[in-house]
Amino acid sequence: MFREEYDVVVVGMGPAGSSAARTCAEAGLSVLALEKRQEIGAPKRCGEGLGKNSLARMGVEFNPKWAMQEIEGATCYAPDGKYVRINYDGPEGWVIERKVFDKELAAIAARAGAFVVAKSEVQKVERTQDGKVEVTINYAGTHYTTKAKLIIACDGVETRIARMMGLNTKINLNDIAQGAQLEMANIDIDPKRIELYFGNEIAPGGYVWIFPKGNDVANVGIGIRHPYGDENRTAMDYLMEFINSRPELKKGSILEYNTGGVPVGGLLENMVADNLLVAGDAAHHVNPIHGGGIAEAYIGGRIAAETAIEAIKAGEFSAEFLSRYNKKWWDERGNKMKNVEKLRKVVEELKDDELNFLAEELHGEDLVELSRGNALKKLAKIMMKRPTLLRLAKKLL
Amino acid sequence: MISINRDKCARCGGCVSVCPVEALTLTEHGLVCDAKCINCGTCVKFCPAGALSLPEKGAGAKEE
Ligand SMILES: Cc1cc2nc3c(=O)[nH]c(=O)nc-3n(C[C@H](O)[C@H](O)[C@H](O)COP(=O)(O)OP(=O)(O)OC[C@H]3O[C@@H](n4cnc5c(N)ncnc54)[C@H](O)[C@@H]3O)c2cc1C
Ligand code: SF4
Ligand code: SF4
Repeated sequence: MFREEYDVVVVGMGPAGSSAARTCAEAGLSVLALEKRQEIGAPKRCGEGLGKNSLARMGVEFNPKWAMQEIEGATCYAPDGKYVRINYDGPEGWVIERKVFDKELAAIAARAGAFVVAKSEVQKVERTQDGKVEVTINYAGTHYTTKAKLIIACDGVETRIARMMGLNTKINLNDIAQGAQLEMANIDIDPKRIELYFGNEIAPGGYVWIFPKGNDVANVGIGIRHPYGDENRTAMDYLMEFINSRPELKKGSILEYNTGGVPVGGLLENMVADNLLVAGDAAHHVNPIHGGGIAEAYIGGRIAAETAIEAIKAGEFSAEFLSRYNKKWWDERGNKMKNVEKLRKVVEELKDDELNFLAEELHGEDLVELSRGNALKKLAKIMMKRPTLLRLAKKLL
Repeated sequence: MISINRDKCARCGGCVSVCPVEALTLTEHGLVCDAKCINCGTCVKFCPAGALSLPEKGAGAKEE
């Protein structure tokens, strides 16, 4: 089934893995890409929102088969019901079907020459005397071993593979958002707009989202952060309270039930070890303010693969050689993400009346810029109008 | 060792990422906890579905 050896074994075929596998295969490396699930992309742990901009940055073609709904705007609600509207001139993004999308990304990697295999759990990775890695795979109940010069760990939020190879990628409880989501049908929504609800009663340290997948179908989800909420209530409890408080949602049916963790902090300075590179959720590559990780994972996977290609060419698999990936990722993404993390730490401390105040002062364009790690100074200036916000405003500078 | 309510668990793997001693594994058959567990309760606090609980009283464990 498997060859004796590959240049690269990619573990996990979410967006990060598909991107890493594709990039390596396009450069002519031999690539084995393993996914433990029997169906790539399912079940999802995702709100399935994807911006047009993000897709372009990923370098992936639009394909109508995964786009469920075009989105033309967003509305952000403060606790008192005041809102900020973000309007676009036309479609600015989509709510997608993750399992169709993820399979398409995997197919792109396969077409580039990677050997992609689902229902293949990587159970062990062990360095060998000859400076390579032995990989133990459980494919549909049968165990196989193969060897790799390099492992690219894209195993998502669980992030076990890197830890097996001595790189600590554990996520601190303070750096992970607790997510819960129901895909609902027969609800009343505006299919062209996504909605976000903020407030310490509704979603402590996070927000509720409604991402439409059609005229009356949407992902209704929540992300909260551990230190802020009532510790006797789970994310799903908070979500159910929100849904039950709104007749237009309460009457809906439940098509899918999901939970998830989103690594919204704890960016890693080091994402390599001997024979190992880590990307995607496994390396905490997520936008810390909104928790979007599809594009970040795909970009992270590509950057990791670029270093893998250089390493294979040079025949150098040491952490020292691979560490150029750290620099590349931090230059291209990390420093921006760090800014966004700073913003998140301020936003999650805001009290309800302060959120209401900001909803009056901020415009849609400001929110877009902020989510990209820009305009922090502008926000600080607005916050300084309120003496109680001075302390927090300073953290933005 | 923690107990896992498999009916509540939605197999998201979030708990696996926060365990400090790598006692948790998410297999295709569900979540598994091994003997390395030190009953620190981190995973219990994390779980968005309330599927995990500590054996002893208190410490964030939820009534089933
Ligand atoms: C509730 C929630 C809502 C979200 N909403 C959005 C959103 O709207 N937009 C957005 O952009 N992002 C969103 N995200 C984040 C986004 O889903 C992730 O950041 C993204 O999926 C990360 O991609 P990845 O490739 O790193 O990991 P994943 O997509 O998680 O893929 C990792 C893969 O590795 C596999 N794997 C793990 N261990 C092994 C092993 N030992 N052997 C083989 N395979 C293995 C897993 O089965 C999995 O398929 C959301 C996340 C959550 C939890
Ligand atoms: S965090 Fe909860 S729902 Fe997710 S895998 Fe762990 S026990 Fe299951
Ligand atoms: S209680 Fe602590 S040690 Fe035990 S499984 Fe949970 S996180 Fe790991």
